[in-house]
Amino acid sequence: MVTKLPAVDAVLVGFGWTGAILGQQLCDAGLNVVALERGVWRDTPTDFATTFAQDELRYMWRHHLFQNLAYDTLTIRNNVGQQALPMRRLGSFLLGAGVGGSGVHWNAQIWRFLESDFKAYSHNLKRYGKAAVDAYDMTVQDYPVTWDEIEPHYDTFDKICGTSGKAGNLRGVIQDGGNPFEGPRSHEYPNPAMALPYGPTLFTRAAREKGYKPFPHPTGNMSRPYTNPLGAQLGQCTYCGFCEKFGCGNYSKATAQTTILPYLMAKPNFTLRTESEVLKIETTPDGKRATGVTYVDSTGKEFFQPAEIVVLSAYVLHNVRLLLLSKIGRPYDPKTGEGVVGKNYAYQITSSANVFFKDKIVNPFIGAGALAAVVDEFNGDNFDHTGLGFIGGGYIAQMQTGGRPIEMMFTPAGTPKWGLEWKKAAAHNYLRAVNILCHGSVMAHRGNYLDLDPTYRDAFGRPMLRMTFDFTDNERKMSAYLLDKAAEIGLAMDGVSSVKKNYRTGSWSVVPYQTTHNTGGTIMGDNPRNSVVNKYLQSWDVSNLFVMGAGAFPQNAGYNPTGTLAALAYFSAAAIKDRYLKSPGPMVRA
Amino acid sequence: MTGNKPKNSSTIDRRSLLLTGALAGTAGVAAAAARHDGGLGAPPQTIQGTMPWREGTADAPPASTGTDYRFFNAFEQAFVLPAIDRLIPPDATGPSATQANVHIFLDHQLAGPYGRGDHFYLGGPWPSGTPEQGYQSRLTPAQFYRASILAVEGYVRTQYRGKLFGQLAHADQDAVLKGLESGGIKLANADGKAFFAMFLQNVLEGYFSDPIYGGNKDMAAWAMIGFPGAHYDYREWVGRHGRRVPFPPTSLNGRPGWSEG
Repeated sequence: MVTKLPAVDAVLVGFGWTGAILGQQLCDAGLNVVALERGVWRDTPTDFATTFAQDELRYMWRHHLFQNLAYDTLTIRNNVGQQALPMRRLGSFLLGAGVGGSGVHWNAQIWRFLESDFKAYSHNLKRYGKAAVDAYDMTVQDYPVTWDEIEPHYDTFDKICGTSGKAGNLRGVIQDGGNPFEGPRSHEYPNPAMALPYGPTLFTRAAREKGYKPFPHPTGNMSRPYTNPLGAQLGQCTYCGFCEKFGCGNYSKATAQTTILPYLMAKPNFTLRTESEVLKIETTPDGKRATGVTYVDSTGKEFFQPAEIVVLSAYVLHNVRLLLLSKIGRPYDPKTGEGVVGKNYAYQITSSANVFFKDKIVNPFIGAGALAAVVDEFNGDNFDHTGLGFIGGGYIAQMQTGGRPIEMMFTPAGTPKWGLEWKKAAAHNYLRAVNILCHGSVMAHRGNYLDLDPTYRDAFGRPMLRMTFDFTDNERKMSAYLLDKAAEIGLAMDGVSSVKKNYRTGSWSVVPYQTTHNTGGTIMGDNPRNSVVNKYLQSWDVSNLFVMGAGAFPQNAGYNPTGTLAALAYFSAAAIKDRYLKSPGPMVRA
Repeated sequence: MTGNKPKNSSTIDRRSLLLTGALAGTAGVAAAAARHDGGLGAPPQTIQGTMPWREGTADAPPASTGTDYRFFNAFEQAFVLPAIDRLIPPDATGPSATQANVHIFLDHQLAGPYGRGDHFYLGGPWPSGTPEQGYQSRLTPAQFYRASILAVEGYVRTQYRGKLFGQLAHADQDAVLKGLESGGIKLANADGKAFFAMFLQNVLEGYFSDPIYGGNKDMAAWAMIGFPGAHYDYREWVGRHGRRVPFPPTSLNGRPGWSEG
């Protein structure tokens, strides 16, 4: 028995960052909006108060704020020759859950992609030739949006978040102390950069000696108190070191909760229903129009929520699965290369250099999610790739996100993992070691994709999502190249005694934590044959369906994705408000 | 205002009230945990016109009290105690695993939600996977420990003429642990390498986690490395490059000095 609810103008499926952004934008345009969130309500004073938020065991290792796999997971394999098996324990990526989504436990590393990242195919084709972009079975595509279209929306997100940083390119004029490689920004960051602790300061000096132009990491951690355009007040970050993988009790990290919800939740035309999981997007018999969504709440009751506009704003993996389960769009087939839903799943590749000092005390526990000094000389196409055998790149950062001792205990090369020798090394090096991260892009490859699993089913009897993914030599070569550059900087840091290089080798493994930057599967493009959505994140097949998130990325860049996926959400919202509402229908001719 | 309160009394009261308040009713904690954890059983909510907030619902941590055994039987204790002290042995540098009460931490974890695999997907089928596919057992961590300890002791009995792990010389104990770690030792009906990885990880958790979970006794492991714990505010120290932060470690329960008097 399905209860039919009164129709609304728009229904949002999932209530994290993009759900909050679309909710605020559409409610301000006067629409009646309902958001459906399968997880629980979460807020700062109740769920991550400063009195108990700094708990490494509970949040990092017992996954208290993350998606509970006992309830929902996916299957994983490296290639089509293997049987996919369930991800039984979180590791490589840490999915979010509940109101705020992964944006509750993110680091708040707020980046913009490079201008050339949006033209990854045509730019690399022009500079390095067809062999370079076709190597390793790459299926790289251009984004259908340009820098000039997207920049104002990056700017909006910066102001909502109160991003702390230093501009490197203001309206085309390169600025000292910022990232000289970034695209021209219309405005300086709303807040000055964070204060740098010792490690990133030593890294900055060493990088300058090497001829690089290091700069402070742009961050949604507040360098000072801030009130955003929606009237939300954020407090100065206290550098407590429990930010990434944790909720912030201090209102110092930009999240949906701290920046948008106080405004949005008060709107009379907005309703949030939690513990409500969408099972299917319903369409008209011809499949061209969404009529609404069917969802089930935690008591088992089923509802049909009719809506004029359906917005998928869950995590990328859920959005892809919901399209496949609703039979919207043609599923991607890696054998033929045809079909689009699930195509170009991508990730990121990380490697690191641990730097050990003879006698310098660096206090690693003084940290914040994006407290770092960054070198961007080897990101995207900021350097000549001729003869290197790969395209893409990443940033090199000496990050000081905290010194949580279970996770972040670095010991020099050759130290055993346990026993007396380990204990002595841990005791000596904890205060005297820093980590340099290489955060690299993953290009799209023909064999990396998402589809429905033929064997494993969820609690509702629906097929799980199946992830088929591996790194290729394009990524491995790039990551090793970055790490060698990073280690050179590490060795140049004042007082260094040794550097341990942790290369990323072999196949992608679900076991060690790497990054929660899953992308693709609902990619954007300039025509329905190469993409799921158009530049406005509007489905080519169902014109009143919009799909948010990093699923839209045709391939991943070397930067953290949230800044770009948020900018794309604002770009989409503007198109819905300015064009779609006046004349509903496809906004790009197929 | 009486004017004679210590300067930071409001902080003390806030911390201790939150924790003791939450610990007072175990059933309440369990219900709250399900709600906050997104587990089944949380009622659906329709939220309109406000940021909802309810008194007394703060998601305080599921702290553990007491040093009694709730999971390991005597046979298992006889393996765990010597084994964890080979992983983190005693010396003047700092506490050993047993000195830090890591065995109590392990026991209470395995007796609780973690032991039940509350965040593990354990549905079938269960074919063996590649190393890249990670944990593929159908067992909960508690069941996995139980089966693995039995298998390790079975191996030891065969290899060392009927002895138990605890009766071996340190060098032989280390050889067994290294064999499990590398996968060189094959156990009957258990994956020794996967067990060692989980065991070492859990031992490090017990050594370095907040003492409210039963390990890291007196925060001695934090003191050993120089980690101030749940200190919360380092703004004054960000720019003091190269200087030791002088604060003694702080637990979520407040450091010992706070509750005196």
